[in-house]
Amino acid sequence: MINKNITNAVALTLLWIAAVSTVAILSTVILYVVLNGIGELSPKFIFTWPEGVAAEGGIWPTIVSTMYVTALAMLIVTPIAILAAVYLAEYAVQGRLVAIIRFAADTLASVPSIVMGLFGLALFVEAAGIGFSMLSAALALSFLMLPIVMRATEEAIRSVPKYIRWGSYGLGATKWQTVSRSVLPAAMPRIITGIILSTGRAVGETAVVIYTMGQAINLPLSPLDSGRPMTVHLYLLAMEGINLPAAYGTALLLMILILGFNLGARYFLHRNRKA
Amino acid sequence: MSEVTSASTNSSRGLRLVSRLTYYKEMALKNLFLVCAGVAVAGVFLIFAFVGIRGWPIFVEVGPWAFLAGREWNPTDGVFGILPLVYGSVVVMLGALAIGTPLAVGAAVFLSEIATPRIRGLVRPAVELLAGIPSVIYGFFGLIILRPIVANLTDGLGFGAVTAWLILAIMIVPTIATLSEDALRSIPPGIREASYAMGATTWQTIYRVLVPAAKIGIIDAVILGMGRAIGETMAVLMVVGNAPVFPETIADPIATLTTQIVMDMPYATGDHRTALFGMAIILFLVSMGLVALVRLISRFQTSMESG
Repeated sequence: MINKNITNAVALTLLWIAAVSTVAILSTVILYVVLNGIGELSPKFIFTWPEGVAAEGGIWPTIVSTMYVTALAMLIVTPIAILAAVYLAEYAVQGRLVAIIRFAADTLASVPSIVMGLFGLALFVEAAGIGFSMLSAALALSFLMLPIVMRATEEAIRSVPKYIRWGSYGLGATKWQTVSRSVLPAAMPRIITGIILSTGRAVGETAVVIYTMGQAINLPLSPLDSGRPMTVHLYLLAMEGINLPAAYGTALLLMILILGFNLGARYFLHRNRKA
Repeated sequence: MSEVTSASTNSSRGLRLVSRLTYYKEMALKNLFLVCAGVAVAGVFLIFAFVGIRGWPIFVEVGPWAFLAGREWNPTDGVFGILPLVYGSVVVMLGALAIGTPLAVGAAVFLSEIATPRIRGLVRPAVELLAGIPSVIYGFFGLIILRPIVANLTDGLGFGAVTAWLILAIMIVPTIATLSEDALRSIPPGIREASYAMGATTWQTIYRVLVPAAKIGIIDAVILGMGRAIGETMAVLMVVGNAPVFPETIADPIATLTTQIVMDMPYATGDHRTALFGMAIILFLVSMGLVALVRLISRFQTSMESG
């Protein structure tokens, strides 16, 4: 039999390699986008319109479209997801109904984004007659974000200590008074973190928005306007291969936005935990 | 529905001391919250209904067998056999799992058993950030960086299963690694201590004690990674070559269910469009089946532990 210490050393080295290569791959992807995109970033690139067949110039309308649809989806999903989580964490009795709701939420979380895109096309764009618009895209995205915000909120509510509720009931508060005045404020930092993380997901989504928002470059004003988000712009530039510098620039801005959302959420949670 | 009635009797008992108005307000709010929670269930039904209604005619007109097991995808001649696309999806998924799973489980074991808290504090957030990068950026990276490398190695164009394996493996590592690490960390420390006390090395403890104990959690993680790999669209689309045929080698262009939908959707009409919705409903059922499988496995584990 091979010496167990040698086996141990070899196996641990392999585990080190697995961890180091995972981090190395992450750094490669991020560094690659940063190094190639950094030269493209300028106020002109961010704040002007794409021009001509090769989409030279800036990407301003795509940035606005992405922000618009993300904000709209967040407005739609936040109240529903928080109240749904309040039901699951505070009101529901564990049983078949709760099991069905949880299974549905898990299913929504794992629906392939292309399926969600076709669903948005069939229901919001065509059947409901909203057409290719910010609203259609935001509605489809909100189904994608719903389980993420629901889970984060439910975990946040469950982590609020029981004695906070007892104190509130002891003062004669009703259930809703307890939830709205004591439990939700205590859980708020973690709920906000969950919302920020889910918006990061919406910013990066491509297949859902391509079939619900359209692809025409347009500066959306009303929720019924169509547009082209940054992800779709990047996809089209990359596949047509006509303007790679702009593709790098778009990829970098997209990554800055998403990493910003992620790091922002972390920082926010960290700061509130200390306080 | 028994839990609903018992809940309402509980709360009515608790609310006997408040005024009738407050009581009705509290009940109305509770029902409002229930409706909000029901939105998730409604979402699943709506997806199933609206994608299903659009896709259903293809199963009737072409026939389920000719649709699912047809070996040729040629929409211009009205031939809708999705077997090459199913084959593409399965090949891409299996290859990505074969490359990604060892890396991800290795990283998870490293994080939970070997890393110092300081290193873990750096690596775990890094892995989570990797999960947040959008798939279109991974696809872009694969197209510009990985594709030329694969093209050199295989004497081809670099569009095909191999490139898709690499890029998808990178994408599923965070999913599998974070969930597997959670499973490993939920093992009570006493089990590790018992193993070390018997003279086991770190590797023996990992291999003989911890991985078997976290087996169910790791399997769940791999199943969810599998779902992500099958459903992934943009990243695969940008590197896979998009040829709906059975490839001769692993470096030849292929297509998957998801990528073919994106390729054909802009111009598809009539039966062709119906067929694309039919493919979407299959993808939906597969992803839902994987979620149900994870449920069943954990229920099985609970009944094993309690019985």
